[in-house]
Amino acid sequence: MSGTNVTPTLVDGMAMRTAAPVARRLRGLSDRSIAWLFILPTMLLLLAINIFPLIWAIRLSFTGFMANLPAPAAFIGIDNYVDILTDEDLWANFQITAHFVFWTIALQVLIGLGLALLINQKFRGHSFWTTVILLPMMLSPAVVGNFWTLLFQPQIGPFNYLIGFFTGIAPSSFTMIGSVALAPWTVVLVNTWMWTPYVMLICLAGLRSIPDYIYEAAEVDRASPLRQFWSITLPMVLPFLMLAVLFQAIQSFVMFDMVNLLTSGGPGSTTELVSITLKRAAFEKWETGYASALAVILFVTIFGAANVYVRALNWVKQQ
Amino acid sequence: MSVVPSPRPFSESSPLTRRIAAVVVVFYAVFTILPLAWIGATAFKSQADAIAYPPKVFFTPTLEGFVDLFTVQTHQSRDFIAKLPPPQTWYEKIARDRDMVIAGPSRVVERFLNSLIIGFGSTILATFLGTLAAYGFSRFRVPLADDLLFFILSTRMMPPIAVAVPIGMILLYTAVNVSLAVWLLKGFIDEIPREYEEAALVDGYTRLQAFRKVVLPQAVTGIAATAIFCLIFSWNEYAFNLLLTSSDAQTMPPFIPFIIGEGGQNWPAVAAATTLFLLPIVIFTIALRKHLLRGITFGAVRK
Repeated sequence: MSGTNVTPTLVDGMAMRTAAPVARRLRGLSDRSIAWLFILPTMLLLLAINIFPLIWAIRLSFTGFMANLPAPAAFIGIDNYVDILTDEDLWANFQITAHFVFWTIALQVLIGLGLALLINQKFRGHSFWTTVILLPMMLSPAVVGNFWTLLFQPQIGPFNYLIGFFTGIAPSSFTMIGSVALAPWTVVLVNTWMWTPYVMLICLAGLRSIPDYIYEAAEVDRASPLRQFWSITLPMVLPFLMLAVLFQAIQSFVMFDMVNLLTSGGPGSTTELVSITLKRAAFEKWETGYASALAVILFVTIFGAANVYVRALNWVKQQ
Repeated sequence: MSVVPSPRPFSESSPLTRRIAAVVVVFYAVFTILPLAWIGATAFKSQADAIAYPPKVFFTPTLEGFVDLFTVQTHQSRDFIAKLPPPQTWYEKIARDRDMVIAGPSRVVERFLNSLIIGFGSTILATFLGTLAAYGFSRFRVPLADDLLFFILSTRMMPPIAVAVPIGMILLYTAVNVSLAVWLLKGFIDEIPREYEEAALVDGYTRLQAFRKVVLPQAVTGIAATAIFCLIFSWNEYAFNLLLTSSDAQTMPPFIPFIIGEGGQNWPAVAAATTLFLLPIVIFTIALRKHLLRGITFGAVRK
């Protein structure tokens, strides 16, 4: 922060030594007004588009408002919240979401860290192959969800055919999207395919941040490669890995696009993540008040969990 | 520093380890790219080849999918087609060969234009606002700066559907992107030494002049990278567009699933749309390689 102090005094000093009109030209707008001028438009935009609707949603969450009816919003107190917290179907959706978040993150961490360790061996052409692996995460999740429906077609899709080719199971004997048992794993699979590169990239940055001399010292102490991994590599990569998990947890918790197009919550409601329940409540059943309450609960959950997690992350960093 | 001479540099692993690593990574990369390659290939298949069983790897490429995507066609009898004047263009010929007559252009061009207009519009706005705000946060002591920066970030934690109030799409996308832009650009501007500006101030520049003539040219790579990230995010966005717009402002992602042909999904046309839609992103990703990490972590991790 020292620079912030230096600049004004420097300018003031110059100003004092110059004639008044020149000084005015030299200073122009004051730093303080420039700072506000630069920051305010962004703040106003975010307030208008994010905070105003949030406050609106909080207000609606205490009403029985339905956006497709002309009736004015009637205040019903915390009824919506009571409904949500006692609804067993919704609880099932939360469990489906938890299953989705847990398994995608577990697989992403395992595969992502593994790939990062391998790529860090710096074999010839590693940067080319890294770029190839990175592609899925930059694509539109909605479009990804849509084109995987083609790949998962039981008859014409290559996925079932490949599985059949390697295992001998008849390709048309199972449907990845239509089966109650498989669909929850299908969304996990596609999400893992899409976002593993994300975890990999961040882990790779972690691995590259470890200075060589630590390994040199370990080698002098004759620490085995396994021990080096457990007591140097892993602890040094952990903060990076935890950051990746944070981003991915938020991302999968509010995941909507990909799943909406891949399974749209089905079959039945086996892949109905909470974000899809939210969309159904808001835009299919038009229970605006109820949906607002659910949105508020989701936001508070994520916000709270992220805060706790960031504290843990900082604690790990200090270790 | 080592007493015992080391057989190899510490950062390098043995050739065998490296070879195994290479094989596993290449194997994974091939599998990860396979779905994309399949979509790319399907775009050039005929409808019959696209739904063939077993799935066809080798086929005669055709532009049927692209023609179907960009035109509206009607099915006509052979006799009717025989009476028509001969096809003027290559795409009319492709349609005629399948007993179809092109009736006009399809709506896909509008959807692509919407994607472009909304994408570029929000990118320009978000980058502009983001650059100013990032400079403000980077160079001045703003009261509660950390809280404000966290507030900017936290707008990303809301489920998109929670913010469902109809507003102009560009403004909405700008708001989504500006949080990324501020965080990314603050990192880039933090890295430009303050001394350059201070020298300019001493030389008689005003703050604004110093910002325009010293900081901006230095930050240009960072601004470009940020702009591409914003463009990618608005290009890819789906939920807001699906839920909040009438068809007038519909972009490609909500549109692609509704490309259907006669009697079921026209997979080559869907694949053609997907390929055209994803191709710019693939190119941008390759161009952005160096800044990718910073972009996807909101500047939290820099290389």
